[in-house]
Amino acid sequence: MQRSLRGRAAVIGIGETPYYKRGEAPEPEFKLALSAIVAACEDAGISPKRLDGFASYSNDRSDPSRLAAALGIDELRFANMQWGGGGGGGSAAIANAAAAIASGMAECVVVFRALAQGQFGRFGQGPRRNVIAGEMAHAVPYGLMSPAQMFAMKVKRFMHEHGVEQAALRSIALACYHHAQNNPRAVMNGRPLTEEKYDASRWIVEPFHLFDCCLENDGAAAMVLVSAERAAEAEHAPCYLLGAAAGSHHRAGAPVHNAPDYATSAFKTIAPRLYAMAGVGPGDVDVLQSYENFTGGVLMSIVEHGFCEADGCNEFFVKENLVAPGGTLPLNTSGGNLAECYMHGLGLNIEAVRQVRGVSTSQVPGVEVSMVVSGPMVTPVSSCIFGSGATL
Amino acid sequence: MSYLKPGLPKPVPARDGLDAPFWAAAAQGILTLQRCNACGRWQWGPEWICHHCLSDDLAFEAVEPRGRIYSYERVWHPVHPALKDQGPYLIVLVEFPDQDGVRMIGNLLGDPEQEVIIGAPVKAVFEHHPDDDPPYTLVQWTAWNLNA
Repeated sequence: MQRSLRGRAAVIGIGETPYYKRGEAPEPEFKLALSAIVAACEDAGISPKRLDGFASYSNDRSDPSRLAAALGIDELRFANMQWGGGGGGGSAAIANAAAAIASGMAECVVVFRALAQGQFGRFGQGPRRNVIAGEMAHAVPYGLMSPAQMFAMKVKRFMHEHGVEQAALRSIALACYHHAQNNPRAVMNGRPLTEEKYDASRWIVEPFHLFDCCLENDGAAAMVLVSAERAAEAEHAPCYLLGAAAGSHHRAGAPVHNAPDYATSAFKTIAPRLYAMAGVGPGDVDVLQSYENFTGGVLMSIVEHGFCEADGCNEFFVKENLVAPGGTLPLNTSGGNLAECYMHGLGLNIEAVRQVRGVSTSQVPGVEVSMVVSGPMVTPVSSCIFGSGATL
Repeated sequence: MSYLKPGLPKPVPARDGLDAPFWAAAAQGILTLQRCNACGRWQWGPEWICHHCLSDDLAFEAVEPRGRIYSYERVWHPVHPALKDQGPYLIVLVEFPDQDGVRMIGNLLGDPEQEVIIGAPVKAVFEHHPDDDPPYTLVQWTAWNLNA
């Protein structure tokens, strides 16, 4: 038997709450999670009581047993958390759900992520205490304490090694904001970005301007997966998972910035496994959603997934190449984490499904292969590829 | 003299003791890195076993307090109240080519708006805070000229 997830499971339902500015959700995080899960089940045309598994990542606080109780589901069979912080687990959670289905451990699994920072405190803030110990003691006292500061160091090195100019990062921000203008759900809808506005924006930490950094939002997102056999009877045309891969390279987690291969999004070993399972290559990908914690991570992710040479970034990363419908590689067509919503990237996976269904607000014509890259520069990271029925 | 304004969390040895020898040596103005007594490999930050040969016979060995800039960043936006009026500051990732290329984080002393050159040699400057509670020492970095 072939050891692959290709075509074994499919997304049949997607759901989101409205997206709010951070701290502004009118409801608690757990209620947001429930709302998104119920919405995904409604979209799938199934009762939430038919769910039997939950998969999430980044230490989501909504406990599967509590969700199962609140939803009144009959039997919980799969409760899964992908280790690691940031958005690195987004596509891995989908892979874990599909693996549970393919192996017969569960029948109908919902992947979800919920965030309410008003209730639980903000990301990106330095620790407020008198002393600090452990790995952080070797960074925080030097003023290195936020994700932007952790990752700027990698991106600066990559830009140095490959002569990447600031304009390449800017093009990524411009593409995301461009797509957000078509998306009424996007938090930055109605707030377009220009080259001038980007250039004039303040530095957060060089090489990141304000607009190179993701938003922080409240909300929740969910998607329902079932076996390919069951998906064939679903309301929407199934969006099949063609492949997924997660992990990181040798000693990516070495402490205090000591990963031997340092200036990387951490996808060099993941991308070949992803494409091998999916049975496609970068040239087959019609549209890409690539997680923006920071634009520099997107740039390295795109290089490491084989869309562009490391030394060719200045030519490849121009806005026209990255926008739907006609760009070479339409990127983050909902507005992504920069301009739609920062739901730790699960919104990107949902947008990838919309592209296969043909219902994105920045639709690329005739999408058959739709790819997602989750959480560059953290460890573990993950990526996945969805396909239409025609790809099976 | 402190490079950053006071009020950031102060480093203390890990409760499990893993990096305690490093901080004790730094207080004496000695830079140490972790080395495996079995296979001779260097590693940083500290681990309980050697990542190469898995021996737990590890030591903190004094090294020449010199390295070169592997990467750097200029921070503008403060994420801690202590740095509200700091203005820009420089963080460097310093590489030790003679110690298997292991790296350490610190600040680059001097003008925060100076041009920073990746690959440039730097030497350690120990920033002692003996009167703080608890006392601590930071390992900072400054540019130096190989030919001077």
